[in-house]
Amino acid sequence: MPNWQWFHRLGSPKWLLITLDRWLPWVLGLAFLTLLLSLIWGLAFTPPDYKQGDVFRIIYIHVPAAVVALAAYYAMAIAGAIAIIWRMKVADMVLRSIAPVGAVLTFIALFTGAIWGKPTWGTYWVWQDARLTSMLILFFLYLGIIALHDAFNGSASGQRAAAIMSLVGTVNIPIIYKSVDWWASLHQPASIKFTEESTIALEMFQPLMIAIPGFYLFCLAAVMLNMKVQIAHNSRNNSWMIEHAKIDS
Amino acid sequence: MLVSANENFSSYRVFTAILFRDLTVYFRYRGSWINPLFFILVVITLFSLGFGADSQALRVYSPSIIWVTALLAVLLSLDSLFKTDFDDGSLEQLILSSQSLYLSVLAKILAHWFVTGLPIVLATPLISLILGVSFEVLPEVSLGLLLGTGILSFIGAIGASLTVSLASGGLLLSLLSMPLYVPAMIFGVQYLQDAIAGWPLVPSLSMLIGLLLAAVVLSPLAIMAGLKLSVEA
Repeated sequence: MPNWQWFHRLGSPKWLLITLDRWLPWVLGLAFLTLLLSLIWGLAFTPPDYKQGDVFRIIYIHVPAAVVALAAYYAMAIAGAIAIIWRMKVADMVLRSIAPVGAVLTFIALFTGAIWGKPTWGTYWVWQDARLTSMLILFFLYLGIIALHDAFNGSASGQRAAAIMSLVGTVNIPIIYKSVDWWASLHQPASIKFTEESTIALEMFQPLMIAIPGFYLFCLAAVMLNMKVQIAHNSRNNSWMIEHAKIDS
Repeated sequence: MLVSANENFSSYRVFTAILFRDLTVYFRYRGSWINPLFFILVVITLFSLGFGADSQALRVYSPSIIWVTALLAVLLSLDSLFKTDFDDGSLEQLILSSQSLYLSVLAKILAHWFVTGLPIVLATPLISLILGVSFEVLPEVSLGLLLGTGILSFIGAIGASLTVSLASGGLLLSLLSMPLYVPAMIFGVQYLQDAIAGWPLVPSLSMLIGLLLAAVVLSPLAIMAGLKLSVEA
């Protein structure tokens, strides 16, 4: 029989905080290790691209940030669905914790893309491009969800409103994902493929394959930190929280 | 409306009852349908003044000017879509009633479109005149605005339902609706450009129709959830 006790304990903020505290150093440490390894490998030891030279190295930031920004939205929307259907408080905390992380990641993807675009495409930004525009929409969606959540001053209605908005926004995700295939776009089509041979050299591919999990881990750590803040804020008047804060300091 | 409890209502009769009730309310307050129309005409006039004597540039940019002003006019009017019904409690009764909320929401948005979107569509000759768009493409431009204002009303109503319980939801409503409007905006401007240039319309027109159909069918689901949580707040 699998042990399902942890599922009931998710409802207890105290248990959750202690568990987060226990896991956080490991996740954070592993994230730093993988990011350090992949970035040093990718930025210093990978051979330069035959056409783009050293400019291509920005993919070790750009691609993982974009991949995780999309995945974060999925995770947030799933948390939103759980919050609506089962009214789990944890799901709402997850939603609110992911939103700022996702917004920052989307911004990093857009920003690094613009920096890369200037020497390669000759321009920072193209308005007609579907991939760029849909990523920008994603950024605004994240901001809108944060604003909506906070407009209700932490009441349960704000949590449900943000959850509904996150579900409505999911229509954008497949559009972003498929935009480079559906429309004629300046953005190149996906080079990494699962079902056929990838169109990226192996030496360039290896560090990227470490950077992507590295970004995932780092974002997980950031979300966990955000959740700690949420728990502390929500239970700031409870006696156990006051005791906990005393032990910590 | 006085009705006896045992009278059996068909969905169709409920739909038309809400539609006509909302239309009556809107027409008794003249501002509800004159203001958006006045707004779009004033802003388009301001744009024309801003371009000065360069009528060629005005014609080139007219598709995006038409779309942005129509978008803002609809967005500004959406704040009041559920507001009065929320304030006087009739929204709560609508949700509690045994009738389909889906149809009630459809009727309310349709009534709202009749007083905000339709006047804009009917004003297309005037808008074309101000912007210097040729009258030969008047039917095409009108059709674009007809589909476009419909999409804008239905998608914007999602944001309106989520923010109706907030004291100052107007700004938040814009922030929420803008990202959802972008696809409609892209294809809408594309359509108007094609229409004015006399290019084939089928690709952008079918995208607009598809967007409208999807918005009409799917957005009431989100709006229903939004209204329910707003009433509970």
